[in-house]
Amino acid sequence: MKLCHLKRWFLFALTAVVLCHYLLPQFAIAAGNDKPVESLRGPAPLSEEKKAPALKKFPKERELLDLNYVGQPPLIPHSIRGYKITANDNRCLHCHSWDNAISSGATRIGISHFRDRDGRVLADVSPSRYFCTQCHVPQINAKPLVPNTFEPVESLKTP
Amino acid sequence: MKLPIPNFLKRYWQLLSRPAAIALWLILAFGFTAGIVFWGGFNTLMEASNTEAFCTGCHEMKDNVFEEMKTTIHYSNRSGVRASCPDCHVPHEWTHKIVRKVQASKEVWGKLTGYIDTRAKFLEHRKNMAEREWARMKANDSRECRNCHNFDYMDFSVQSKRAAQMHSTALASGKMTCIDCHKGIAHHLPDMSGVANW
Repeated sequence: MKLCHLKRWFLFALTAVVLCHYLLPQFAIAAGNDKPVESLRGPAPLSEEKKAPALKKFPKERELLDLNYVGQPPLIPHSIRGYKITANDNRCLHCHSWDNAISSGATRIGISHFRDRDGRVLADVSPSRYFCTQCHVPQINAKPLVPNTFEPVESLKTP
Repeated sequence: MKLPIPNFLKRYWQLLSRPAAIALWLILAFGFTAGIVFWGGFNTLMEASNTEAFCTGCHEMKDNVFEEMKTTIHYSNRSGVRASCPDCHVPHEWTHKIVRKVQASKEVWGKLTGYIDTRAKFLEHRKNMAEREWARMKANDSRECRNCHNFDYMDFSVQSKRAAQMHSTALASGKMTCIDCHKGIAHHLPDMSGVANW
């Protein structure tokens, strides 16, 4: 083969590669727009912003919620709007600390909360357990986003 | 020997001791108008200093306490009824209001000398200032809370169990007052160590 033929072939191949590189993704996006991607946010085109679902309200007060597994942090059966947990003050402990739990009729915080991460028992709530809402959360009656067939163990099932 | 009194002095004395009838009315009318102007002006100025716009005119209030209040129920809620700074911090009754306004002159001095003109200074003095306000409200049985929250019309059946229990006992008997439990409801709390009943 002559050198000029080789050069021509090379140029042709290069043009084809460049064209494929730039054009193919465009076709892919155009094809994808017809059939939207299914995800947790539903069948909405990526270019569209879906309307946010309505906010759900936390009930002000409700019956205690059942535990689902042993060692689960109990769920908060009331609204915690405006409750602040700062270095200066912990709103939850106003009722749930050992000093106040009896007079307020609230659940006392677990004995485990007085142990630090090395297992030493402290005189007050361990700093590692101070931020209640890291584990304890209130619940709203919302449909689960993902189907779940989890069953609590027999001993935790309420009759 | 009697000194002769000049004639013009005699006439001047007569003018003073027996003024024309119109003068009396003039003085009354002048006094009345001046009274309206001064009294009205005084009250207008006092009311102008009793607005949220006035309070948040200083960065000390605007950037610290006012900003903190914005997330609370006393600023934003479902019905739109809200409290502004003077609703809680200035008595509504005239006599008490004047007393508080006179005390506030010290706060003007604080502003001029930059008592809390930085965030660090504000945080340093927050506890001291909060304690002063708590003491004021404790002493007047939370009068400013009660301007809106009337105990006689509280329906315990729609309150949460814990709230109904405390309101029907400690608050009803007068043993405790609103501020004893409801501290930090509109602003962030300082370090609460050593605060009674907390």
